Amino acid sequence: MFNKSLRQLAADLRAKQISSVELTQLYLDRIAQHNPALNAYVTLDSDKSLAQARAADARLAKGDATELTGIPIAQKDIFCAQGWLTTCGSKMLHNFISPYDAHVISQFNSAGAINLGKTNMDEFAMGSSNETSHYGSVKNPWDTARVPGGSSGGTAAAVAARLCAAATGTDTGGSIRQPAALCGISGLKPTYGVVSRYGMIAFASSLDQAGPMGRNAEDLALMLNTMAGFDERDSTSLQRDKEDYARDLDKPLHGLRIGLPKEFFAAGMGSDVAKAVEAALAEYKKLGATVVDISLPNSRLSIPVYYVLAPAEASSNLSRFDGVRYGYRAPDYSDLNDMYEKSRAQGFGSEVKRRIMIGTYVLSHGYYDAYYLQAQKIRRLIAQDFVEAYKHCDIIMGPTSPSTAFKLGEKGDDPVQMYLSDIYTIAVNLAGLPGMSIPCGFGDNNMPVGLQIIGNYFDEARMLNVAHQYQLATDWHSRAPQGIL
Amino acid sequence: MSLSTQDVEKVARLARLAMTDSEIETARDQLSGIFELIAEMQAVDTNGVEPMSHSQDLAQRLRADIVTESNQREAFQAIAPQTEAGLYLVPQVIE
Repeated sequence: MFNKSLRQLAADLRAKQISSVELTQLYLDRIAQHNPALNAYVTLDSDKSLAQARAADARLAKGDATELTGIPIAQKDIFCAQGWLTTCGSKMLHNFISPYDAHVISQFNSAGAINLGKTNMDEFAMGSSNETSHYGSVKNPWDTARVPGGSSGGTAAAVAARLCAAATGTDTGGSIRQPAALCGISGLKPTYGVVSRYGMIAFASSLDQAGPMGRNAEDLALMLNTMAGFDERDSTSLQRDKEDYARDLDKPLHGLRIGLPKEFFAAGMGSDVAKAVEAALAEYKKLGATVVDISLPNSRLSIPVYYVLAPAEASSNLSRFDGVRYGYRAPDYSDLNDMYEKSRAQGFGSEVKRRIMIGTYVLSHGYYDAYYLQAQKIRRLIAQDFVEAYKHCDIIMGPTSPSTAFKLGEKGDDPVQMYLSDIYTIAVNLAGLPGMSIPCGFGDNNMPVGLQIIGNYFDEARMLNVAHQYQLATDWHSRAPQGIL
Repeated sequence: MSLSTQDVEKVARLARLAMTDSEIETARDQLSGIFELIAEMQAVDTNGVEPMSHSQDLAQRLRADIVTESNQREAFQAIAPQTEAGLYLVPQVIE
């Protein structure tokens, strides 16, 4: 049951092979068994989940079910869900029971999906290893001495360990794709503006984008069908016609032109990662694709640009946490300013404080032009590189992450080392393009390797097609960690 | 680029983050390392390049100036640290 695709589960639910209550309880039992070792979930509420499952069973019986009705989905703890504790991985929100639903949550609720629980994450999505969570690190199901990646590491671990049918993530600089790669699952960050950010706790608003994470491309297509769509409550939500993201899954790949950025295949990529990515490209050639060398000359500037723009936006977004209206307030203080300073000092962890300080500095008087404005200009150069590249290819491929999952604590003391692990993913966010990661083999220590697929704007259906055809020809996506099945 | 202790103290004050002396020193070292990483950006010639704030370069969408939200004061204040008579309580700011 735990290896079935969403379409198979939907068929089983309709054929009364299993009820949603039974399916939800099966997953809750698995979570009880495996979560203590993985720490993938931070909040469970079986009463709420099972109540939704009963409603889904009633809907299935009446015959007005959607493709996701009755299916248990895990939600990254960055999405506000009414009546659910929503912590964003922070002590600052340790007691925040959301009074409203994020757009993504209400989309799943309308579809009749089950909220199975909230998944662990780096604090305010700032991290690449899940070690910045106030609620403890998540462990990689393939090796519990290793990180699952981040920031959507709880989601990635939950999907890899079959502790949900599929789940949500968010991606500001790689936070869907990198943990998907490190945990051997599939994940998609859509074009900026395709999924509403309403009720998704803000990190860097011009980069943040929610997307689906699951075991295969077909599941991601069904998830994205539910998540995508215009929402007037997000001022950057795009007004576009509704799409069926599964419409092109079965198209053959003959004639597909795959662009390979020479900057992604240079020094820095682990040899085990390179080997798996090369093998994937050979498979694509067998499927009828051709490869084209391309260049993204400004992509080397992605990390410096990102570490100006993202902290700047974060320092502004996180100014709302002041101990007045919700969240953590320090127990002792002398006056209003002291209350702000102590509540924020005690409520935020060290990585979040570090980024708030970088952002405050680059936005402070006298530095704006040299940092923020310069970064925004280079951001355009980075985006233009992709526009130029897509004149010569249909899709871009490369590694998702320079290495497989590293050990817990390995990059602990040096923030710069951690930042460099997002070298291949950040340019995609800066350009606002869609990107995904799918499993393409195993590297050193038998840890999963991810293949990154970068599409042109609004090309999600093609990316899912490209991923699905590979998954029909290979079985990396159906491998599971030992001791899990 | 390396930051001074005073730079870090000023930023902490602007960001409303209480920090001990030893935290200031740790932050100074780490922020200096991060600004070295960022410095690579400074040498790039961006003359005549328009800054990009959003990937789709959309104009801000406007809406009619009408009330769309209903009053949910009780729900919102139920999760506040301290309230009284429908108001958020903070330390006294005016003598």
